[in-house]
Amino acid sequence: MRDVAVVGFAQQQLPDFDGSPTCVEMLVPILAECYEQTGWTRRDVGFWCSGSSDYLAGRSFSFVQAVDAIGVTPPVNESHVEMDLAWAMYEAWIKIQTGEVDTALVYAFGKSSAGVLRRTLALQLDPYTMTPLWPDTVSLAGLQARAGIDAGAWDERAMAEVAQRSLTDAEQNEHSIRKGGSSVEELLARPMYADPLRKHDCAPVTDGVAALVLAAGDRARAVRDRPAWIGGLSHFVDASSIANRDLTRSPSAANAAAAVDLAGVEVAELHAPFSHQELILRRELGLADDVRINPSGGALTSNPMFSGGGIRIGETARRIWSGEISKGVGHATSGAALQQNLLCVLDSSTGKDGL
Amino acid sequence: MTRTLSAPVTVAFDYTRSTGPVLGRFLTGLRDGVVVAGRTSDGEVVVPPLEYDPVTHEQTTDFVEVADTGTVTSWTWVPEPVAGQPFDRPFAFALVTLDGATKPLFHAVDVASPDQISTGMRVRVRWAEERVGHINDLLCLEPAADRDEAADGVAGEGRARPRLRDEAATELSRPGESDADGGDGPEPVTGVVTPVSLDYVYAASPEESTFYRGLDEGRILGQRCPSCQKVYVPPRSACPTDGTPTEGEIELSGLGTITTFCIVNVPFLGQKIEPPYVSAYVLLDGADIALLHLILGVPADEVRMGMRVKAVWKPREEWAYSLENIDHFAPTGDPDADYDTYKRHL
Repeated sequence: MRDVAVVGFAQQQLPDFDGSPTCVEMLVPILAECYEQTGWTRRDVGFWCSGSSDYLAGRSFSFVQAVDAIGVTPPVNESHVEMDLAWAMYEAWIKIQTGEVDTALVYAFGKSSAGVLRRTLALQLDPYTMTPLWPDTVSLAGLQARAGIDAGAWDERAMAEVAQRSLTDAEQNEHSIRKGGSSVEELLARPMYADPLRKHDCAPVTDGVAALVLAAGDRARAVRDRPAWIGGLSHFVDASSIANRDLTRSPSAANAAAAVDLAGVEVAELHAPFSHQELILRRELGLADDVRINPSGGALTSNPMFSGGGIRIGETARRIWSGEISKGVGHATSGAALQQNLLCVLDSSTGKDGL
Repeated sequence: MTRTLSAPVTVAFDYTRSTGPVLGRFLTGLRDGVVVAGRTSDGEVVVPPLEYDPVTHEQTTDFVEVADTGTVTSWTWVPEPVAGQPFDRPFAFALVTLDGATKPLFHAVDVASPDQISTGMRVRVRWAEERVGHINDLLCLEPAADRDEAADGVAGEGRARPRLRDEAATELSRPGESDADGGDGPEPVTGVVTPVSLDYVYAASPEESTFYRGLDEGRILGQRCPSCQKVYVPPRSACPTDGTPTEGEIELSGLGTITTFCIVNVPFLGQKIEPPYVSAYVLLDGADIALLHLILGVPADEVRMGMRVKAVWKPREEWAYSLENIDHFAPTGDPDADYDTYKRHL
């Protein structure tokens, strides 16, 4: 396997972006930020991959329009996934592993505020027996939260503790669109929204874009003193039917964890758009008590569709570049109620140093 | 003035799908007022039936009729229903394990407040009066007064014992019409139509907004890419060649050259002009990117590459933020442009 590192990361998040569904206006500056971080021009990028969905903002072929932001004369090596940035990164990592390219820039965009996000996402469910009922994302998460409460797997206080820590940590994150901790008691005193969920248990609808830069071997070392080497990358998927899953568990997250080495991670950035989902993930990943969870504030405080997962990887990488940590894990989810889960272990060492 | 122009847009489509044998069996059952489950290789009774067994991956062939009563195993309140949901007022979504099934069904429960539902509560199916073989034939579930285990404080382990297949089937309450004819029933359901309609607020980019605001004033505005110096109409948030936003304001005259064109002979849904007519790329003088527009004022078979044309505007009172303010382009009568003047724009 080739050693591949995350060497660049940029993001922008807004509650309500007043521009085009393709978000090109936001992509241009964050791509410029990636060039500045790496010292590259766009000609140094061997492979491009983007993540987005036309359903989000109602613009057909929006990913084709978004390609404008990268400039394509002469033609570039480019691909797209209708998935989160983290999966675009997975494709780019494989592309680099093939040896065809040494560098990649992956980006994602989504203007969730253009429609009714929790309704639009009903289109990812079974089209015969689920979509016609328009099960919204918040309701599906509510069923999951209730299942865990009834089973004694967690309680409202544990959920409020997740929200309180996230809102407090978000105060240090300029990109978070919801921030400001108070106390667990104060959060529990707030009214129910979608019983058993309070509004702070649900990620805010967020517009945004993000980009990650990958490089192999010496190309990575030329960019960063401490590249965030990808020590493990795995993703699994559970059955699409939420009624046939034990909603208090996430086998796909456990399977992903079993495929990588999580020993010694200091930070885990978990893509949990609902507070109880962080509790599920912590259990399935078997994280030790001293692992710092979501120091960025996490998805509960800002969750742009299609980049919310990749941002978890970028936030982890950033802490390795700075020397704050030596090993961390970024997680991304997709689908209904934690159906799909991806883990990316990042390390300051390639594991081959000194050989 | 807002930074960008925006307008509501609705994207709608009626998805027509074939059901296949397994979901077809389930939906046929709903039409006939019966809930059909599928038995898996490990003995689970699943509603709706799974098309393929999760362990053996064989197609499901073992169907079981289950009751239209059951027990709530999880629920959530829906305080602000979205369009298309079973109710347009607050209600509950729930997972309900029907008697005879071992896995729950996802559906709505008709209760007026979250106080009126609990895990373990007994519910029954409310059927639509006219059923067509669609999941919506099952309107919702409603509280059933008969055995409310939540009232006894018993949930989870102590909940209703799943009834066996035959027992459940004999207790089913079928509407009369399905067995009234005594012979073969109606044909099995093989297809469903599901209308999907999504409402958006569609915003133009700042550059596009400049363009449309110009049109509203009878002006055609372009911008220049600062990297390659090309003039784009409409202007763009990024020059597709360089990835650089276009800049400035370049007003164009409305005079141009047809670079290429096609004669539309085929009618289609929503067509506004009777064929044959000509759609052409018009390279406005001073622009580097051609606009697609309609050519009128000349027989279709006389339109040609290099023909000089001019914008013909609608009456001012009809103007809006739209390229349709220009009704069409018509020949100026000037000599054709030299091929060399537009060959780079084909």
